[in-house]
Amino acid sequence: MPAADSHRPLVLTPTEDIRGFLTLHLGRAALFLVTCTSVLAVFLIFLFVIREALPFLAKFSIKEFLTSTAWYPEAVTPKFGTLALLVGSGYVTVVSIIFAVPVGILAAVFLSDIVSMKIRNIIKPIIEILAAIPSVAYGFFAVMVLAPWMQQKFGFSTGTNALNASLVLAVMALPTIISVSEDSISAIGRELREASYGCGATRMETIFKVVIPAAHSGIIAGIVLGMMRAIGETMVVWMASGNAAQIPSPWWDLSQSVRTLTATIAGDMGETEKGSPHYRALFAAGLLLLVITLCLNMVSEYFLIRAKKAGGKH
Amino acid sequence: MKENMRDKTTQNEGTAQCACPIISSNDFSFYYGTTMGVKNITMNINPCSVTAIIGPSGCGKSTFLRSINRMNDLIPGVRAEGKLVVDGQDIYDKRVNLVNLRQQVGMVFQKPNPFPKSIFDNVAYGPRLQGITNRTALDEIIEQSLKASALWEEVKDNLRKSALALSGGQQQRLCIARALATKPRVLLMDEPCSALDPLATGKIEDLISQLKDNYTIVIVTHNMQQAARVSEMTAFFCLGELIEYDVTSKIFENPSNKKTEDYITGRFG
Repeated sequence: MPAADSHRPLVLTPTEDIRGFLTLHLGRAALFLVTCTSVLAVFLIFLFVIREALPFLAKFSIKEFLTSTAWYPEAVTPKFGTLALLVGSGYVTVVSIIFAVPVGILAAVFLSDIVSMKIRNIIKPIIEILAAIPSVAYGFFAVMVLAPWMQQKFGFSTGTNALNASLVLAVMALPTIISVSEDSISAIGRELREASYGCGATRMETIFKVVIPAAHSGIIAGIVLGMMRAIGETMVVWMASGNAAQIPSPWWDLSQSVRTLTATIAGDMGETEKGSPHYRALFAAGLLLLVITLCLNMVSEYFLIRAKKAGGKH
Repeated sequence: MKENMRDKTTQNEGTAQCACPIISSNDFSFYYGTTMGVKNITMNINPCSVTAIIGPSGCGKSTFLRSINRMNDLIPGVRAEGKLVVDGQDIYDKRVNLVNLRQQVGMVFQKPNPFPKSIFDNVAYGPRLQGITNRTALDEIIEQSLKASALWEEVKDNLRKSALALSGGQQQRLCIARALATKPRVLLMDEPCSALDPLATGKIEDLISQLKDNYTIVIVTHNMQQAARVSEMTAFFCLGELIEYDVTSKIFENPSNKKTEDYITGRFG
C-alpha cells in the first residue's frame, strides 16, 4: 500500500468499502440466524407437542385426563387419567426439594460467609461437578446401592420407591440451589454485613437476620431452578421410583412406589403405535409437563430479576 | 444500667474535659498480615466531644477508626499491638465480648447501608438483638433514636415503609438512628457524608453538633472544612502515623508540624 494513509477519505460508500460493508451486514445476519435457531427450536418443540396432543384433547375429556387416577393406556377401553402420574411427579419433586433446600442454603452460606475465598474456590467447582454427572449414573447408584440398602435397613417392601427417587433428585438439585443461592448471598456485599456487626450482631445473627432475608429473591430463584431440574428429570425417576402408577396410601408413605409423568412418557413411547390414542395421550402428558416447567421458569425469572435489582442497590 | 452510665457522663460533662478520656490509644499498631495499617498511635479522646481524623487516602485513618470497635477483625490475618482502651477496658483483650463492644461503640459507614427492611425494623435491629421484644419499649427506643437523628418528623407516619425508599441523606440519618438505638457511648463515623449532596451533608453536620452533648463522636473525613466545622479536636494521620493531634482551631490555623501545614494548605494529599 502506498504511504498515503493521511489522505484516506473518511466517508465511504458501500462500493468503496465492500469488505467493511459485507462483514458488518453479513456478520449481523449470521449472528441473528444462530440466535434464532435456539428460539426457533423452542417454538417448534411447542408447536410439535401441541400438534401431536391436540387430537387427544379433542377426543377425550380433559377433566378426566387431569383428575382420574386410572392410567390403563393399552386396555380394551383405554383409560388416560394422569392424576397419579401428576401426583407422582409432584411428590418426588416436593420431597426432594424439602431435602435439598436446607442443605443447599446452609452450604451456600458456608461457602459465602464462613470459609475463606481460597477454600470456596476449591469447593464450589467440585459441587458444580455434581451437575455434570450423567443422570443415568445417579440412576445406577439409586438402583444398585440405595435400593438394597433401604430394603435392608428399613425393611421396605421395595427399594425403588418415592423416597429413593426423592433422595437422588435432591442430590441432583443441590448444585443448582447452592450455586445460585451462593451467588446471590455473596452479592449482598460487605456493607450490610458490617452494618449488622456494627449493631452488635454475631455472625449467625448476621447471616440469618440480614444476609439470607436480603438474598431471598436469589435463593428462591435457585430453589425453583432446582425444582425444574427435579420435575423434568426422567432417567433417575424411571430407575428409582418403582414406576407404579398409584397415589401412595397413606399419602405420606414414602416407601411406596410412584410413577412420574416423565418416566411414563419415556417408558411408554417406544411401545406405542404412532398416531394411536396412547401415543396422543403421551404427548398430552408432555404438553402438561411443558406447561408446568414453563410456569416454574417464569417464576424463577421473576425472582432472578428481583435479585439482580436488589443486588444492584447495595 | 446503661441509662445510669449515660446519666453519669452527662453530669460529668463540664469537668470531664480532662479527667478521664473515654478512648485511650497507647502505642497502638495494627497490621493486615504483613502490611502495616497504623503504627504507634498514642492519643486520648475525651467523652462528649467530636474528634475529626483527617489525612490523605491510605493514611490509616479508617483503619484506626475501625479498630475502635474491632470492625477490622472481619478481615482475616489482622493483628493488633499496643493498647486501645475504651471506657476503661482494653478492647484487644482476648476475652472481650465483641457484641457488647459494638453495642457500646456504634458505627456509621461511608455509604448509607440500611437493611432492606422497614424503617422500624432497621432501628429495632440492635435492640431486638439485645432481647428487647416488648412492643412499647421498642416503640419508645425507636422514637427516641429517630428523634435524636433528626429523622422522626419526616418518617413518623411511615415507619412501616421500606428504608430503601428514603433519600440518601435520610438513609444516612436512619443509619445513625440505628446505631443510636443500641445506646452506645461512642459513635464512629467513617466519612458519613461522602456519598451525600451538600444539603444532606449540612443536616448530618448539624446533627453531629447536637449529638455530641450525649455521645463521643469520632469522625473520619476527607473534607477539611467539615473537620473544621464540626470537631473540637483534630488528628492528622499520614502514612499510618499520627503526625499531629490538637485542638481543631490550632491544627487549621497554626499547625506545629510542617506536614500538617502542607496538607491543610493543599500542597500535598
